[in-house]
Amino acid sequence: MHRNIFPLSSVPENKDVEMVSVQGGRGLQLRLASMGLNIGVKFKILRSVKKGPCVILIGNTRLVLGFGMASRVLVRILR
Amino acid sequence: MLKKITIALAGNPNSGKTTVFNNLTGSRQHVGNYPGVTVEKKEGYLKYKDYEIKVVDLPGTYSLTAYSLDELVARNFLIEEKPDVVIDIVDTSNLERNLYLTTQLMELGLPLVLAFNMYDIAEKQGFNIDKDMLSHFLGCPIVFTVATKKKGMQELLDRAISLFESKQSANADLLNYGREIQEEIAKIEKVVSKETNLGRKFPLRWLAVKLLENDRDIVEKIKASVYGEEILEQVKKSSRHLQVVLGDRPEALLADRRYGFISGACVEAIKRDYEARHNISDKIDNILLNKILSLPIFLGLMWLVFKFVFQFSEPLMRGIEIFQGWLAGFIGGFLPEGSAVLSLVVVGIIGGIVSVLVFTPIIFLLFFAMAILEDSGYMARAAFIMDRLMHKIGLHGRSFIPMLLGFGCNVPAIMAVRSIEDRRDRIVTILINPFMSCGARLPIYTLFIGAFFPEKIAGNILFSLYFLGILVAVAMAKVFRKYIFKGQSAPFVMELPPYRMPTFRGLLVHTWERGVLYFKKAGTVIFAGCVIMWCLSHFPYKPQDSKNCGRLSQQAAVSQKQSSQQEIFWLEQEKERLEKSYAGRIGKAIAPVFKPLGFGDWKVAVSLIGGIAAKEIVVSTLATLHSIDASKGWQSLRESLRKKTDAQGRPFFTPLSAYSLMVFILLYIPCLATIAVVKKETNSWFWASFVVFYTTAIAWAVSFVVYNLGMFFRIGV
Repeated sequence: MHRNIFPLSSVPENKDVEMVSVQGGRGLQLRLASMGLNIGVKFKILRSVKKGPCVILIGNTRLVLGFGMASRVLVRILR
Repeated sequence: MLKKITIALAGNPNSGKTTVFNNLTGSRQHVGNYPGVTVEKKEGYLKYKDYEIKVVDLPGTYSLTAYSLDELVARNFLIEEKPDVVIDIVDTSNLERNLYLTTQLMELGLPLVLAFNMYDIAEKQGFNIDKDMLSHFLGCPIVFTVATKKKGMQELLDRAISLFESKQSANADLLNYGREIQEEIAKIEKVVSKETNLGRKFPLRWLAVKLLENDRDIVEKIKASVYGEEILEQVKKSSRHLQVVLGDRPEALLADRRYGFISGACVEAIKRDYEARHNISDKIDNILLNKILSLPIFLGLMWLVFKFVFQFSEPLMRGIEIFQGWLAGFIGGFLPEGSAVLSLVVVGIIGGIVSVLVFTPIIFLLFFAMAILEDSGYMARAAFIMDRLMHKIGLHGRSFIPMLLGFGCNVPAIMAVRSIEDRRDRIVTILINPFMSCGARLPIYTLFIGAFFPEKIAGNILFSLYFLGILVAVAMAKVFRKYIFKGQSAPFVMELPPYRMPTFRGLLVHTWERGVLYFKKAGTVIFAGCVIMWCLSHFPYKPQDSKNCGRLSQQAAVSQKQSSQQEIFWLEQEKERLEKSYAGRIGKAIAPVFKPLGFGDWKVAVSLIGGIAAKEIVVSTLATLHSIDASKGWQSLRESLRKKTDAQGRPFFTPLSAYSLMVFILLYIPCLATIAVVKKETNSWFWASFVVFYTTAIAWAVSFVVYNLGMFFRIGV
C-alpha cells in the first residue's frame, strides 16, 4: 500500500505528487499548511537538487523547500 | 473634530501589502522578500473625509501561530491593541493559500475587510469571482484592488470606515470545523471561560482552537493561570478523543477543515478558466537555477557587485579627500597655528566628519547593489542555490540571506536572523555573521590595497579577503554544529517570488532608507570615536617635560631656515606627545601581541582598539596618528604608510604584513553596534561576550598562519 510513497527529496523533477504527511512537530505541520502545503494538496515538482533543496508549484505559488524539510514531507507520486 | 481610526494591514508576504500601505499613507518603503524586513512596526497617517486614520503595517505572515516571531508580533498587536479595522491584503491569483490567513483573522473576531489585490493579474489568468457571494460566505466585505495602479484604495477606506461606524466584526462561527471538533472546542471553551482574566483579553473560541493546536505561547499562558491544570486536562482529553474518532492529530484536522471551508466557498463563488502556464519566471529560473550554471552565475554576480562598488566609489572617495584638504586649510586659517584647538578642529573634528562622509559612496553603492538583487527576486533564489552547500555546514539556505546582508552591514544582517525559527540555527547564524566582511571594513581594505598592491590585482586581493571571511564562517559553523549545537538543522521552507523588474525609484528608496539607517548609527558613533581618539592621543598633554623638546627648541632658535626647522620641531613635539598619551601607552602595551602577525606597531595597535567602536575608525585613527607624522592630512596616508619604516629602517609594511593586517581586521572583534545587536537578538550577555573573544582568537590565529606561511614561501615580502 505504501509502495508509491516517497520523501519529497527523492522525487525527480516534473512529477505531479500529492502530499501525504509530514514527519515533524505540530508547529511544522501548521506552518506548511499556512503556506498552502496541507495534507491532500496536489502539486508539481519544478526543480530538485540531489541531496539539496527543491522548488514546488502549488497553484500559483512557488515554494523552496530545503533538503531537511523536503526529506520530512512524504508524497504520493501521481504522474 | 476628526474621528480617529486605527487600521491594521495584514497579509501574506508578496501580497502587495507594502504597496497598499504606501498608497494609503504616501510614505515610502521598499518591497522585498528577505526575512525580517517588516518585523519592525511601520505606521503611517492619513486624513480621509472626517477621519484621521492611523495605518499600521503588520509583518507579512502566512498565519498567526506562535511558530515564528513575525507571526507572534502580528498576532499580539491584533489582540492587545485591538485595531478598529483590519484590512487583509489577499493575492487574488493565490486565493486559497491567502485565505488561510483570513480564516485566522476571522477567528480573532475583529472588523475585517478583504482587499483582493492584484486583481488584474488574476483576471488575466482566468479567475472570475462572484464578489457578493464570496463576501457572503466569508462574512466580510471584499474590495477588488490593484495596488500598483492605485486602484480600489478609496473603496477600501470607505468600507473600513463603514465597518468602523457599524461596529460589525468578522463572524468566527462561519468557520465550521465539523460536529466532532466543534463539540470539543465548545468543551474547552467552557473550561477556559473560568479564566476570566484571559477571557477578557482573548476571544474564548480562539483560545480553545489555539489550545487544540498546541500553540506554544497560549499553552504557556494557560499553564501559568489558576485553572491551568484543569484546562490542559480537558485539552488533552479532547485531543485524544479527536485522534481516536477522526484518526488524525488535531492540528492537522484543523488545517484541513480550514482549507475545506476555503475551497467550499471558492468552488461556489469562483469560476476559473485556468491552466498552469509556464511563466517567464520559470524560464529565467531554467537558467539562473540551472544545476550546472547556478553557482557560477551566483558567484559571478557577487563578483560583479564588488567590482561595481569598488570601481564607482574610488573616484568619489578621492573627491571627498580633496574636499577635506580644502576644508582643513580654510578653517585652519582662522585658528592660531600650532595650538591644541587647531589640532582638535582639523584632526579631531574635520577628520571625524570626513571619516563619516568618506564611506558614504561605498555604503550606498553596496546597498544599491543589494537592493537590485532583492527587489528583482534573486535573493530568494540565492537561498535555494546555497541550501545544498549550507546544509553541509549544518545550516540551511535561509541562513545564507543574513550572511549575504552581512556584506552590507552586520547590524541589519543579524537582525534579519530572527525570522529563522529554530533557536540553535539562529545563534549559529548570528555567531558566524561578523566574519562576513561588512561595508565598514571596505575602506580599510581600499586604503591598504591601494597602498601596497598594484591596481591590476586590487580586485582579486579584495575578493580573496571576502572569500576568506566566508571560509572562516563556514568552518566555524561546522565547528559549532559539531560541538556546541549538535544535531540537524531545522527544516526550511520559503516562497519563491516571481521575478520583477526593479523600479529605479524603488531601488533609490530602498538604498536611501538603509543607507540613512547605517549613516545614523555610523555617523554618531564614528564621529564620537574620532573625538575620543583625539582626546586619548592628546592627554596627558605635557610636551615641555621632555628633554628632547628643549634641545629641539634651541635648535630651532639658532637655525637659519627657521620655517622648516619649526616644522620639524612641531612634528617631534607631536610625536612625543602621542607616544606619551593614553593611546600610545595602551598601544605600546599590546603591540607585542601583534608582532608574530607582522604588524607589531603601537600606532596600528591603537587603531585596532579604535576599530572596536566601529571598524571604519581604524582608518581615521591611522590617519590621526600618521597625519601628525606627515602633517599633511590623510590624503597622503597611503604615502606615509608606504614610507613607514621599522627600527632597522626597513619598510614596516610589506604586501604580506599589510595582507595579514587586513585579515586580522576582517576577523577580529565586531563593532560595538554589532555586539549590541548580538546581545539583543540572543538575549544573552554570554553570547555577546563570546562573540568578542572567539572572533579575536580566530583573527589572531588566522593572521598568524597567513603571515608565517607567507614568510615561509617568501610571498609578498
